[in-house]
Amino acid sequence: MSILITKDTTFIVQGITGREAVSLTRENLAYGAKIVGGVTPGRAGRDVYGVPVHDCVRDITAKTRVDGSVVCVPPRFTRDAVFEAIENGVRLIVVVTERIPRREVAQMVELANLRGARIIGPNCLGIISPGEAKMGGIGGPAEDTRKAYAKGPVGVMSRSGGMTTEIANTLTAAGLGQSTAVSIGGDAIIGSTYAELMPLYEADPETKAIAIYSEPGGRMEAELAEWVAEHRSRLPIVAFMAGRFMDEMPGMRFGHAGTIVEGKADTTTDKIERLRNAGISVAERIEEIPDLIRQRLAEAV
Amino acid sequence: MRFYEHESKALFARQGLPLGKSGLARSGDEARRIAAEIGAPVVLKSQVLSGGRMKAGAVKFADTPDAAAKAFDAILPIVVNGQRAESVLVEEKSPIAQEYYVGVTWDGRRKRPVLIFSDMGGIDIEEVAEQHPDHVSKTHVSTLLPFTPRLAKEAVGATGVTGPELNRLTPIAAALVEVFLRYDLTLAEINPLARLDDGRFVVLDGHVDMEAEAREIHRKLLEEIGIRPEETRQARPPTDFEIRGAQVDAADHRGVAGNVVEFDGNLGLVIGAGGGSLTLFDAVRQQGGRPANYCEIGGNPSVQKACELTKLVLSKPGVEKIAVMMNVVSNTRVDIVARGVVKGCVESGRDPAETIAIFRIPGSWEDEGFKILKKYGVEYCDRSVSMYEAAGKAVAKLSAGGTT
Repeated sequence: MSILITKDTTFIVQGITGREAVSLTRENLAYGAKIVGGVTPGRAGRDVYGVPVHDCVRDITAKTRVDGSVVCVPPRFTRDAVFEAIENGVRLIVVVTERIPRREVAQMVELANLRGARIIGPNCLGIISPGEAKMGGIGGPAEDTRKAYAKGPVGVMSRSGGMTTEIANTLTAAGLGQSTAVSIGGDAIIGSTYAELMPLYEADPETKAIAIYSEPGGRMEAELAEWVAEHRSRLPIVAFMAGRFMDEMPGMRFGHAGTIVEGKADTTTDKIERLRNAGISVAERIEEIPDLIRQRLAEAV
Repeated sequence: MRFYEHESKALFARQGLPLGKSGLARSGDEARRIAAEIGAPVVLKSQVLSGGRMKAGAVKFADTPDAAAKAFDAILPIVVNGQRAESVLVEEKSPIAQEYYVGVTWDGRRKRPVLIFSDMGGIDIEEVAEQHPDHVSKTHVSTLLPFTPRLAKEAVGATGVTGPELNRLTPIAAALVEVFLRYDLTLAEINPLARLDDGRFVVLDGHVDMEAEAREIHRKLLEEIGIRPEETRQARPPTDFEIRGAQVDAADHRGVAGNVVEFDGNLGLVIGAGGGSLTLFDAVRQQGGRPANYCEIGGNPSVQKACELTKLVLSKPGVEKIAVMMNVVSNTRVDIVARGVVKGCVESGRDPAETIAIFRIPGSWEDEGFKILKKYGVEYCDRSVSMYEAAGKAVAKLSAGGTT
């Protein structure tokens, strides 16, 4: 099994005729995804790698079951595109676009919560359930994706799209596949945090352990630490914390929009302490992750 | 992007928040003139993007215009937490009966703005929240439903404030929420908000942060307030090297090759992407290396962009070699980056084989990329070498050269 997507998940691509969207459509199709339509206003009647293009989301949802949407439109149109997907009954929305102001992200999240939809991102590369399907640019071309990702027991969550693949690749090379890897996004406010995705992994019998990639800034790690402590999770978690040099450079933004040290709780030192106190292993280097996971799995038996 | 106090107040004024008479002085003479116009005792405050002004002595009171000119001269040279002032705000001094705190910021966990109110203003709000939790209220605000003042009333009332104070504070707190939402702020803070002896309320000090992503949306407002597009307003002003880095990135819309930050080491870094750069910068330091810079490449930049970034890094005095490293890439093409960095070395009059300490970018189009590197004799590694190990190889080459 997996979380969020399987080979049967049907989805659309909003903004499908854009440069980035065209390549992710090709890559997702080549990896086995069921893309049932695309949307670019004014371009109805065309197709992208055989995927028909429509003007509105409802033109597709009226005739076909649509489980998800990849939103890949410029920042100033993103909120409208996400609202359109939600109001037409789409329940899983991957927002690839970056540089969306926080207020608009908050509005998307609030509407999604009202309607029972889930947002992944913004500023993310999407979701992959290796061997099943992928949704978004994660892993790149299908042949590269197959090199880095393999089916297996580890759930991966990462604030960095690129590091999602780096970690999966390290796990795969060590013989540990992944159930589902989620690039959750690098912004200060995102649709789904580590703690919000944990119940899904918890409920997935194939997932046996979790690997996360983390950065300075925000309270997402503290939230995860609290969730783990409260729920007595069955899943051992191994975390990697990048950007340790930033602890000495308050007020400077590096990497992603959400990555800035403004107070003590933003520092890697503080986060590492919180994670460790909750029983989460913190790897010093990426290459230690597979061994730490094996250790934790052995202890659990 | 942080605003100076006088800019924050200019924004507050647009929303009708109550402010004292004031003017911005850039010389002692201007301070004297403004104080004379106000015609009452004044307070002079250094305009820096940092707290701790009072402690540093950068806030002074003056009873006469001449004393204001003197205070200006005393304040201007004071460096507050590394920040040098270019101007001083001269403001009418107010007789204070009580100080309050009103702030709006994002609650990243609840994913909503939160209005924070306290009837114990003037001091650090986190301290108040810890020691006097009854005197601090936190009220979350919807970004979808229209904001109406009853939330502000509830926020004020939750700390026990009632009577005419409640009715005067409510519109002030409501206006601050409106400012926050309207202008895409990440922080809007009044601390302290003062109740004067005559019952009026006045904003004494204010602090505003605008989201960098929203600068374009509010370009006209920023122009009117006097914030120029090239001002980064980071914790320290950008260096020439960093400004040139931003120009490299802006010259071409394809992909990213920017976010250059200057450090004082000898190993130039051409690294990416967002998370990869953070990981690699740590790795270089953990391996005992001294980075000359931080940067981020990603989103498949053009050959020219990678070339120009390489040239920029190599132009920095003291840079002996560069390390070109990324995480396993998905949408950035290895061959394009390889071509760009080789070209950048050649155009800088350097031998790529000597100059590039290590090239570690595995992923899309890697075979084509590795072919180019082989041709130029550049040492490269594939995904079987970790980011940490690659950083170690680069650092070892510098030490081996004996030039550190």
